[in-house]
Amino acid sequence: MASNERELRVKPINNGTVIDHIEAGQALNVLKILGIGGHTRHVVSVLMNVPSVAMGAKDVVKVEDRELEPEEVDTIALIAPRATINIIRNYEVVEKFRVAMPGSVTGIIRCGNPNCISNSHEPVSSRFVVESTSPVLLRCSYCEFVLDENIADHLL
Amino acid sequence: MIFERRHIISTKDFSREEIDLILDRAERLEPYARGGGLDLLRGHVVATLFFEPSTRTRLSFDTAVKRLGGTTIGFDSAESTSTAKGETLFDTIKVIESYADAIVIRHHREGAARMASEISSVPVINAGDGAGHHPTQTLLDLYTMRKECRRPIEDLNVAIVGDLKYGRTVHSLAYALSLYRARLSLVSPEQLRMPGSIINYLRGKGVELVETPRIEDVLTEADVLYMTRIQKERFPDPSEYLKVADSYRITPNTLKGVKDDMIIMHPLPRVNEIDPMVDSTPHARYFRQAFYGVPIRMAVLSLVLGKEA
Repeated sequence: MASNERELRVKPINNGTVIDHIEAGQALNVLKILGIGGHTRHVVSVLMNVPSVAMGAKDVVKVEDRELEPEEVDTIALIAPRATINIIRNYEVVEKFRVAMPGSVTGIIRCGNPNCISNSHEPVSSRFVVESTSPVLLRCSYCEFVLDENIADHLL
Repeated sequence: MIFERRHIISTKDFSREEIDLILDRAERLEPYARGGGLDLLRGHVVATLFFEPSTRTRLSFDTAVKRLGGTTIGFDSAESTSTAKGETLFDTIKVIESYADAIVIRHHREGAARMASEISSVPVINAGDGAGHHPTQTLLDLYTMRKECRRPIEDLNVAIVGDLKYGRTVHSLAYALSLYRARLSLVSPEQLRMPGSIINYLRGKGVELVETPRIEDVLTEADVLYMTRIQKERFPDPSEYLKVADSYRITPNTLKGVKDDMIIMHPLPRVNEIDPMVDSTPHARYFRQAFYGVPIRMAVLSLVLGKEA
């Protein structure tokens, strides 16, 4: 029933990736992590606050004609740990997996310490070690600042 | 344990055995720390890059290199360097690594030394990165306790007094003392207490510790009284600062009732925390502590440069 409802809102895609079970409100941040912005050439559909039995409400992102690799999408786990990835070919789900929290995250999140070397004009990317997944706890590899809340607010 | 070509960034990177090895080597090198013709680093150049001012740390590194027969290059403020022209630290390190066999760096940004170590092909020694780490200070603090106390470090009751919130020295020291399971008494005003994350870490390591705002609570039991400076700018109200600074000031009078062999340490510079009259008491060790920076830095330099001693 829920699936039919969703199909009424946005038609199924022919080929590409559907990211489902995103925490409600995080869809735009998911796009940000994936580097999908205004200049993308792909057809991208964003559904927000879709009713969900398991989650109450969820967001869904569909990217047409692009198959996302696990390592590309794993960083989504930082803000949407329950997200599932569906790879679609010819309207069929050919592959389905859950995002897995990566061991480290590079160049995606800004360190919360304004005096960290990664927040200066040095040519280095921010880098965090994932110290714990539940709750999500990230430690800056440079200054050791611990980021444990509002991680989405620190997206670069 | 391999130290050759290793970067020295944070005390947390080391095990207790590794720290003990550094302290052992410092002990062997100490007789040469006032001179004596060692030439372990003959033909070696050590760069001391001090983007921030420092007296003791820079001069003791300089002394350590020279006591080992090596030479130093470097600067003691960013103003006289290409940094003032906008050069990145990244580029500075890429250039200096081709001039020197090791790089000692102090920088105002946290993580600067870690970044330098990822760029440099020669060992990098952190001499202070903002509010971050200053591992050779911690090593010389431990060395001072080992040399000047009658008991081994694990049996000591160490009282750390002052700004425990922002002071990088005390954070590193507390971590290092946890490796020895020394007992800790943490004395600070309420607003400058040691961060909860560090307290939890210490308790998790099984460290016995007490926290109190009153120095009188810990004086009679302490084997080591580790004093630190409280900075005026930490207090919005100057009168509050004066009240706190006054309550933590050590004078010959405050020392009545302390253990005979209790030692007083301070990373220096001191402002008003210790009355100069205390200098002549048998408890004062802060100047000797500053001297111990030389053998410790001799030990670290000789180890990372792969020299036997």
